[in-house]
Amino acid sequence: MALMPAAASPEWDALATKERADEDQEGGEVFQQGTVFQLVFRTFTKNKLAIVGVAIVLISVVFCFVGPLFYHTNQIDTNIINSNDAPSGSALLGTDNNGFDVLGRLMVGGQSSIEIGLSVAILATCTGVVYGAIAGYFGKIVDTVMMRIVDIFLAIPVVFLFIFISTIIAPTTWLLIVVLAGLSWLAPARLVRGETLSLRTREYVNAVKVMGGKSRRVVFRHIIPNAVGTIIVNATFQVADAILVLAILQYLGFSLPFPHASWGEMLSQGSNFLSDGYWWEVYPPLVAIILIVVAFNFIGDALRDSFEVRLQER
Amino acid sequence: MVIVGVTMIAFFLEHLLPGGIARAIIGGRATQQQIAGFNKANGLDSPVWYQYWVFLDKLVHGNLGFSYKQNRSVDSIILNDLPRDIMLVGTSLVLAVLIAVPVGVSQAVKRNRGWDYAGTAVSFILYSMPSYALGLILIALLAIKFKVFPAIAPQGATIGAMLAHPSGLILPVITLTLVTYALFSRYMRSAAIDSLAQDYIRTARAKGLSERLILWRHVLRNSLVPVTTLIGLSLPAVLTAGLVIEQLFNFQGLGLEYFTAATSYDFPVMVGITVLIGLATVVGNLLADVTYAVLDPRVRY
Repeated sequence: MALMPAAASPEWDALATKERADEDQEGGEVFQQGTVFQLVFRTFTKNKLAIVGVAIVLISVVFCFVGPLFYHTNQIDTNIINSNDAPSGSALLGTDNNGFDVLGRLMVGGQSSIEIGLSVAILATCTGVVYGAIAGYFGKIVDTVMMRIVDIFLAIPVVFLFIFISTIIAPTTWLLIVVLAGLSWLAPARLVRGETLSLRTREYVNAVKVMGGKSRRVVFRHIIPNAVGTIIVNATFQVADAILVLAILQYLGFSLPFPHASWGEMLSQGSNFLSDGYWWEVYPPLVAIILIVVAFNFIGDALRDSFEVRLQER
Repeated sequence: MVIVGVTMIAFFLEHLLPGGIARAIIGGRATQQQIAGFNKANGLDSPVWYQYWVFLDKLVHGNLGFSYKQNRSVDSIILNDLPRDIMLVGTSLVLAVLIAVPVGVSQAVKRNRGWDYAGTAVSFILYSMPSYALGLILIALLAIKFKVFPAIAPQGATIGAMLAHPSGLILPVITLTLVTYALFSRYMRSAAIDSLAQDYIRTARAKGLSERLILWRHVLRNSLVPVTTLIGLSLPAVLTAGLVIEQLFNFQGLGLEYFTAATSYDFPVMVGITVLIGLATVVGNLLADVTYAVLDPRVRY
C-alpha cells in the first residue's frame, strides 16, 4: 500500500496489520502508487469477505439472467396437476402451489430483485447526493428548509408509505423503482449534506470561489467528487436495503401482480405449506434473499474499510 | 413542524385517490348524484386547503375520522390496538437492549477473537434477513418441528384476553427482539470499543480497579448512553418489522390493522395510523435527545 509511513501506530486493527506485513517489503517509504481508486481497489481485494460478496453477487446475476437460457421453464401458465411436486429429475427444486418450477421461478424472481435493487440504489443515490450537496453548500435557510423536508419523510417508515401509495396506484416495475427511490434518497442526502458542511470550508473550495467559479462548479466538480467514498459505500448498502424492502413488500403482496415472479411472493406462497413439509417452496427463496443481501452488505463494509484506509493513509 | 408535514403527506395522499374519496367509500357503482351528495354531506366539495384545515382541527381535538368499512371511529380502532403494540414493541425493545448491551461489551472486550467474530456473524445474518424470514424459520423450528410454541398469536378482544395465553406471544416477541437486536448490536459493539479506549478506563485500570468493576461501572454505563439515541432512531425500522411480524403471526396490532386497511382500501384508518407513527417517531427522537442530554451532561443543545 502506498503512503504508509514506516512508523504506523500499533493500534491498527487486524486488517491494517496484515497490510503492513505486505508493506515491509516496500521498505515503508512514502511514495504514491497509482490513483486513489487503485489504492482502494487493492485494499478491497485483500478483504476476503468482500471477495465472497462480489462472488455471490456475480453468481446470482449469472444464475438469474443466464440461467433461464439453459433451464427452460414456464412461469406464466399455471399447471395445477403438477402442483407441490417434490424435487425430481424434471423439476430440480420441485414445483409450487401453482405448478411453477421453483428453480426456474427463483431465476426469474431474482431478475426483478436485482434490477429494481440496483436501479433504486442508483436513482436514490444520485438524487440524494445532489440534494444533500446543495443543502449543505448553501447552508442557512436553504439548508434548514431542505433538511426539514427530509425529516418529514424520515418520520414515516418506507414500507408504510409504500403500502399507502400502492393502494392508490397499481404498481408497475417503473413505479416501484421511482417510488422506492423517492423514499430512499433521504439517507444519502443526509450523509452528503454532513460531508458538504465540512468540505465547503476547505481551501480548494475557497480557491475556486476566489477564482470566480460558479456554485454549480463547486458543488459538482469539487464537493461531490470529494465525498465519493461516503457516496459509494452508501450506494452499496442502498442496494441491500432496497432488496430487503422489496422482499417485504412482495411478501405482503403490495408488489407487482400475479403471475409476476418474485422471491418475496414465493416465500409468502410457500409459507402456507410450511407445516406440510414442502421445504423446497420455502427455503430456496429464503436463502436467495439472505445471500444477496449479505453479499451487498459484505461489499459495503469492505468498501467502507477500504475508503477509511485511504483516509488514514493520507 | 415535522408532525405537520406528516399530516400533510397522509392527507394529500388520500386526496390523490383516482376517482376521489367518495367513490372509494360508497363504491364504484355510485351515480354522480350520490357522489355529489356524499361530498356535500362530508364537506368534500369545499377547497382542499379548507378540508385540510378541518382535518387538522379535528386531529388536534383527537378526532382521527371514521372508518366506513368497520363502522367504527378510527380513534376507537387505534385505542384498541395501541396497548398490544406497546406491549409487543416495548417488550422487544427492552429485551433487545438487555441482550445487545452485555453482548456488545463482551464482544468489545474480546475483540477480534472467536466470540467476537461469531457475534458479528450472527448479527450480520439477522440484519440481512427480512423480518418475516426470521419469523418463518422460528415457526418452522419451534412451532412445527418441536411444537414448543404456537405459531399464531392469541386472538382476544382485549389485551387481558391476549395475556391469558402468553405462550402464543413468545414467538412474535422473540422474532421482533432478534430483529431489533440486529439493528442495535453493531452500534453497541463500536460504542463499547470507543468507551474502552477512553482515558477514564485507563485511569480506572491505573487505580487498580478490578476488571469486573471497570466493565460494570465504567464501560457498561457509558455504552448505555448511545442506546437512547439508537432506540429513537430505530423506531421506524422496528415498527416496520412489527407490521410484518404482526401480519405473519396474525397479531392484532396497529401493523396488522394497517395491512388490513390497505387491502380493503380503508383510507381513514391508514391516514390515522400513518399520522400516529409519524408522531411516535418524532416524539421518540425528541425523547432520545432529551435523555441523551440528561445521561451525558457534556451534551448541551
